[in-house]
Amino acid sequence: MKLARSQWILLVAVAISLLVSYFSHAINRYFLTILISIGVNIILAVSLNLINGYTGQFSLGHAGFMAVGAYGSAAVTIYLGPKFFAAFGGSNTFSIGILFFIALAAGGLVAAIAGILVGAPSLRLKGDYLAIVTLGFGEIIRVIFRNIPSLGGALGLTGIPSYTTIFWTFGVAAVTVYVVQSIVNSTYGRGFLAVHDDEVAAEAMGINTTRYKIIAFVVGAFFAGIAGGLYAHDKAFIDPTGFNFMRSIEIVVMVILGGMGNNFGVICAAILLTLLPAILREYFRSIADSQMLIYSILLILLMLTRPQGLFKFKWPRKAPTAPTPHAG
Amino acid sequence: MTATFLQSTETLLGLDDVTIRFGGLTAVSKLSLAIKQHELIGLIGPNGAGKTTVFNLITGVYRPTEGAISFRNKSIAGKRPYQITAHGIARTFQNIRLFPSLSVFDNVRVAFHLHLFGGIGHSLIRGKSFRKEEAEIKEQCIELLDIFNLTRFKDAESKCLPYGEQRRLEIVRALATRPELLLLDEPAAGMNPTEKTDLMKLIKFIQEKYRLAILLVEHDMNVVMNICERIVVLDYGVKIAEGVPAEIRCNPKVIEAYLGNAAC
Ligand SMILES: Nc1ncnc2c1ncn2[C@@H]1O[C@H](COP(=O)(O)OP(=O)(O)OP(=O)(O)O)[C@@H](O)[C@H]1O
Ligand SMILES: [Mg+2]
Repeated sequence: MKLARSQWILLVAVAISLLVSYFSHAINRYFLTILISIGVNIILAVSLNLINGYTGQFSLGHAGFMAVGAYGSAAVTIYLGPKFFAAFGGSNTFSIGILFFIALAAGGLVAAIAGILVGAPSLRLKGDYLAIVTLGFGEIIRVIFRNIPSLGGALGLTGIPSYTTIFWTFGVAAVTVYVVQSIVNSTYGRGFLAVHDDEVAAEAMGINTTRYKIIAFVVGAFFAGIAGGLYAHDKAFIDPTGFNFMRSIEIVVMVILGGMGNNFGVICAAILLTLLPAILREYFRSIADSQMLIYSILLILLMLTRPQGLFKFKWPRKAPTAPTPHAG
Repeated sequence: MTATFLQSTETLLGLDDVTIRFGGLTAVSKLSLAIKQHELIGLIGPNGAGKTTVFNLITGVYRPTEGAISFRNKSIAGKRPYQITAHGIARTFQNIRLFPSLSVFDNVRVAFHLHLFGGIGHSLIRGKSFRKEEAEIKEQCIELLDIFNLTRFKDAESKCLPYGEQRRLEIVRALATRPELLLLDEPAAGMNPTEKTDLMKLIKFIQEKYRLAILLVEHDMNVVMNICERIVVLDYGVKIAEGVPAEIRCNPKVIEAYLGNAAC
């Protein structure tokens, strides 16, 4: 079978993740934590880019989807893990891999279902109104998890096995980028951009805008859910406050900073905005607490100077030749 | 021979006593209209007469308060705009509505959406059938752009096109959905006399080449009188006249409501 170029890139990216993962014991622990945070943030930002950037639906609920995936997958490994290992001959690298895969997929699926529930109102609501509804969704999710004792309640869920590795994180990140990029880069996928540009015109061109919006929410939420699963199995502890409104804002900032609907830029922004706070914490402790303040100032400056995003470049294109009078 | 004859006189679009009210305002009142295949019909009237509203009713943007709309003898009232486009009605907008951030090529490519065989799964797997289909669509897009001399702008963002070209691109994009009925809302607005002459040729050309019925809303009487086979006149949402250009030009009601005395 002949593979497309993007599929080769995906394979190479997954292979590199595997390789780096294999040698990860040689990497400084602190640096490893930051690397995994970068990977998780790439998944979150690129998946949100499909909703906010490409499809133009302003969602502020990404941390909510992340929470659903985090709790969902943690529930699988905590409650089904022991039974799973008992049935499949103890825990070894292989059985852990299978269990973790199932857990992440489950987390992604529940989040995707949440995506349908949140995507549905987006059919009627536009702009600010949608932002408010998704924001509400994120907060409701937190309240729900705070009130489920078997998932730790307000105190948080402890004892989540540390399964997340460089391989899983960056493997999923590569798949996320591939999926979003492939969906968008096709005649079918241009429909997302059309919905973003002009819904009325999109409908007039035969595009079922409802369907596109739902797909964007479902795919975006699915990967946010998996990111949540990776996060949970990295930190080994999650609590509802970890998925608050600020977390959603962080991801939105990555998408805006990277340039809406530009995966490359959004990846750069995700890396930058993960490293920046880490560096601040490490070297400039006194101002680290004002992270949100710095974010806000950064955003204002950006919107004033580069509204198209920090990393959005115009590649030089062949200029159109001089107009000639048309026939017909 | 007889069959073709019958087919060509069959009613394509039928409006039957269509009324729409916005609150207290009756924008279109008891409008009946029949468009046959391959006809070029003009819809004229003063500002606010309800012409654009008629387009919005036909394309499902608005639902009529009363009355029935049928296309090829099937009711299309209450259908969503994308479904109506799928039935074979395409339109342009009075205020150009291209996809501004998409390239000229992609603006047309999006409109092939309806005739796609593969959906999201195909885009993901990017297999042989996907690549074949994408290549075919690319070829057809380029062919369309070639016919309308837009190929040189292929990669430019559509918002960067000169105004007249944007209007033309909107028509090309509508054609890409492969309609049987094309609704043009003031395509000559903002054009200079040469551009208008070109536009008239263009409209005649696409009517012939794609065997289309066309409903044309236009304020430029020169354009309307020259190319339309039949003209319908609206005033305050009511049809006040219908007939061939020569009749309309000298119809006292139309002169009074819209054309003024200089016309006849
Ligand atoms: N969505 C709406 N809500 C309320 N009133 C509307 C709506 N759409 C149109 N109207 C009103 O209906 C009337 C007809 O408007 P329409 O745009 O159809 O006129 P038109 O014939 O296209 O005029 P023009 O030549 O200026 O384009 C106007 O009085 C307009 O204000
Ligand atoms: Mg109008």
